[in-house]
Amino acid sequence: MDQLIQQLINGLSVGATYALIALGYTMVYGILRLINFAHGEVYMVGAVSSYYLAEWTMGWTGSLWVALPIVVVGSMLVCSILGFLIEFLAYRPLRDRPRLVVLISAIGVSLLLQNLAQFPELFGPTPRRFPALIQSTPVFYNAAHTIVLTNLDVLSLGLTLGLMVIMTWVVLGTKTGLALRAVSFRFDTSMLMGINTGRIISFTFMFGSALAAVAGTIDAIRYDVRPLMGLLPGLKAFVAAVLGGIGSIPGAVVGGLFMGLSETLVKGYLPSAYTGYADAVAFVLLIVILLVRPTGLFGRVAPEKV
Amino acid sequence: MSVNALTFRRLPQLPVWVINLALTAILAGLWPLGRVLEHQLNPYFLQILILVGINIMLAVSLNLVNGITGQFSLGHAGFMAVGAYAAGVLLRHYQPQGWEIPLVMLGVLCLGGVLAALAGLVVGIPTLRLQGDYLAIATLGFGEIINVVIINTESVGSFYVGGSAGLHGIPIHANFFWTFGAALICIVCVWRLAYSNKGKAFAAIREDEIAAGAMGVNTTYYKVAAFAIGAFFAGVAGGVSATWFGNLDPESFRFMRSIEIVAMVVLGGSGSITGAILAAVVLTWLPEQLRAVQEWRLVIYALVLILMMIFRPAGLLGNRELWPIPGRRRPGPSPTADPDSRQRMMA
Repeated sequence: MDQLIQQLINGLSVGATYALIALGYTMVYGILRLINFAHGEVYMVGAVSSYYLAEWTMGWTGSLWVALPIVVVGSMLVCSILGFLIEFLAYRPLRDRPRLVVLISAIGVSLLLQNLAQFPELFGPTPRRFPALIQSTPVFYNAAHTIVLTNLDVLSLGLTLGLMVIMTWVVLGTKTGLALRAVSFRFDTSMLMGINTGRIISFTFMFGSALAAVAGTIDAIRYDVRPLMGLLPGLKAFVAAVLGGIGSIPGAVVGGLFMGLSETLVKGYLPSAYTGYADAVAFVLLIVILLVRPTGLFGRVAPEKV
Repeated sequence: MSVNALTFRRLPQLPVWVINLALTAILAGLWPLGRVLEHQLNPYFLQILILVGINIMLAVSLNLVNGITGQFSLGHAGFMAVGAYAAGVLLRHYQPQGWEIPLVMLGVLCLGGVLAALAGLVVGIPTLRLQGDYLAIATLGFGEIINVVIINTESVGSFYVGGSAGLHGIPIHANFFWTFGAALICIVCVWRLAYSNKGKAFAAIREDEIAAGAMGVNTTYYKVAAFAIGAFFAGVAGGVSATWFGNLDPESFRFMRSIEIVAMVVLGGSGSITGAILAAVVLTWLPEQLRAVQEWRLVIYALVLILMMIFRPAGLLGNRELWPIPGRRRPGPSPTADPDSRQRMMA
């Protein structure tokens, strides 16, 4: 029982970062019907920039309460600028082209970022440990230490929850959010209604990238920083977005958490000979969803018009 | 995409048997040519040449799926892995000697292809219900699953597979003849398929799947067929590379390899077979020439993809070919626009 609770905690903690990345996918898909392949790399850039920011802040302050906000907000800023640039340079010129053309361009951006990060001048191919800004320490635990909630779990879940609240407010409570919903409902009509779609798209990319940056920061602290770290979480988060129903914001959160839980449970309960297959869980899940219910849990059914 | 706006002056049609004879002669001629080249060329250049051959096979076979049928697949490296491992495991297990080598080589390459084609069927039948980007992601997922399975398989029965450490010590029997022989067969098969009546069904699915279905094309059948045939040649290419390099690293068959093949198809022009060949040659040869900027190789790949999409999304050749093949009908305008095509179809 204790083991199950522990697995659930781990699963939610991992799932929270998937949810953050999945939000970026789902918002972009909701508006442009584009799988932003480069999103996993934005997450990687978030991790890399938080690595450098942590190194820099540790040079002049020892206080976690000063350093951590700088690291988180700083990497969010870096990534939203990156997200803006990606959209502006690689996707905007292709606005009226077939979707596959944009998809290939997105793959190109993803490849470009991965390989740029491998230059020693920028980061280098070898994994690096995150600076000792924050260590994993147990915060809550039971007497036997069989259930442990670390400060990283708290950080991950807390940041995710906080960002969800902010995001819900932005999407449901502001004028930009209203425009965003309108654009994702009918792109052309919203343009006729006087919505500056270009600006809304840029905003979506910046917002999604900022969320991915937070996920990157959390994972950088939890694991380590690698130039190729974005590939698998990016794909899994995409699966999470599809699972929840791509284009649906609550769907992305539920999908991300489900993804994290199913992965940790598979790792925890399958015989050790099969744990290597845990990475395949996401893809098996993806194919099952696509075949059984392609619209996901919360997705709208869009009939194809001829 | 317009269907071949540029009409070539058709070359005099040759009887099919003449063409077949010529192709057989070329295939046979590859053997002495290979022996000469292997003695004359330095090993480094030969290595590049073989890589070009393998990549031509991969690019042309993916072009059948991505370019000609229009089904965007990102799992080609997975099928290549199936073929490579089938051939590698069998060769390593049986260690053929002397006169057995050509027969065993033919056997394992075909078997690798067939297994890859079976994998293609297994992947294709469920996923080809999906379209566009969903299909891309699903095939990518299948490629990764194949990879995870290989990494976690130490051995199958008494056959050693190698798991995550990779498979080493495969006897090296591939040479110029096997590589370019297989590439030639691949090109001829895809070419004849693409420019036949069945090829019109493939092109129709690419242009508009719903319209093609309404016109009576069995879209599922043709999509799965294209997928399986593409997977077959990817498997053969994998088999050749296994027995050329002598070892297999499961990591080398991941997503990035698929992207490299996609880059070739996109650069050459989706739907153009000669374009795919040209791009395979350029994208294999060029990075080797740029050894000094080796670390820039993949950055250049990435930039090529992005800039290509922005400035020339149709690729170098679009869906045209460099030259028409004598005796083969080009996928001309529709039968109504071309009055004598109907008669030729009867013939």
